Amino acid sequence: MHELSVVANLFEILEDKLEAQNGKRVCYVKLQVGLLSGVVPELLKTAFDIYKKDTFAEEAELDIIEVPCKVQCQKCGTVAIKEDYIFICDKCGSTTVTTLEGTDMILETMEIEI
Amino acid sequence: MKKKEVLVLEDLLGSNKKIAAEIRAKLTGKGILTINLMSSPGAGKTTLLESIAERLSPEYKMAVIEGDIETERDTERIRAKGIQAWQIITGGACHLEAKMIGKLFSEIPPDLDFLFIENVGNLVCPAGYDLGENIRCVLLSTPEGDDKPKKYPKAFTTSDCLLITKTDLLPIIPFDIEQAKKEALEINPHLEVFILSALKGQGVDAFVDYLIQSLHKQRQNHA
Repeated sequence: MHELSVVANLFEILEDKLEAQNGKRVCYVKLQVGLLSGVVPELLKTAFDIYKKDTFAEEAELDIIEVPCKVQCQKCGTVAIKEDYIFICDKCGSTTVTTLEGTDMILETMEIEI
Repeated sequence: MKKKEVLVLEDLLGSNKKIAAEIRAKLTGKGILTINLMSSPGAGKTTLLESIAERLSPEYKMAVIEGDIETERDTERIRAKGIQAWQIITGGACHLEAKMIGKLFSEIPPDLDFLFIENVGNLVCPAGYDLGENIRCVLLSTPEGDDKPKKYPKAFTTSDCLLITKTDLLPIIPFDIEQAKKEALEINPHLEVFILSALKGQGVDAFVDYLIQSLHKQRQNHA
């Protein structure tokens, strides 16, 4: 339940970018949210709607693209999507598996009024 | 009114990661090993720290940063052991962030060996925030059940150590240590697992030995 503090970080970035572009308002925000990022997309949306009131993003819509957990085996190179979070290579059984995607929350794009 | 699309591609926790990396570099540079303890409320983090304090003293110097939503109770317990401790009261926030640690930075004595950070009791949110630690530990106490690693994967996938605590309750609690270990190692094969009862002092020595070895290894690597 730390979605609100994640949204506070998001608004800091949005404000920076809006100023840098000399924009007036943010009207659209697109996030990539990893399934292993530790937040719940639905709650992130609720937090966004609460936070945006009386701000430069009051009218902004939020889209969240959910990113599955993608891993690569360091031994045989196999890339796989992990839904069970068992970080063992399906092909060779190696435990040297690194995560490529699915752990972060990324602000992908924003649309602003200028 | 003109509209414009701006491609950003910025990590929402990027500022936390940056501050954490700075903290890690500075503390490591001073020869301090920093340990972040995460768990549910009541898994035994403070009791473990009391038990560690008895074993590290007087040869090694440790200090503790306590994170809690309210009260200074944990800090008082640590100070009663003669250990320097700071309390961060988050006032409702469910986790510690790197900038909170950064604010205490000037107070951390440079001759320290170990800095323990006891995170807010919560098995979900703290896992998302790097605090600049060298070693991240997750505690799983036997009353919580052996099925927790896969229910709360992030706390286990991001940790270096799993500490199964409160083993003194095993005679009266249905907890399968092998099952818990198996689940945890499936989602993170690199976990170092320690099984202990801080209350009875069983298994704590092995964890303390691991910490001392890690401290010396880190100092050698940065010499």
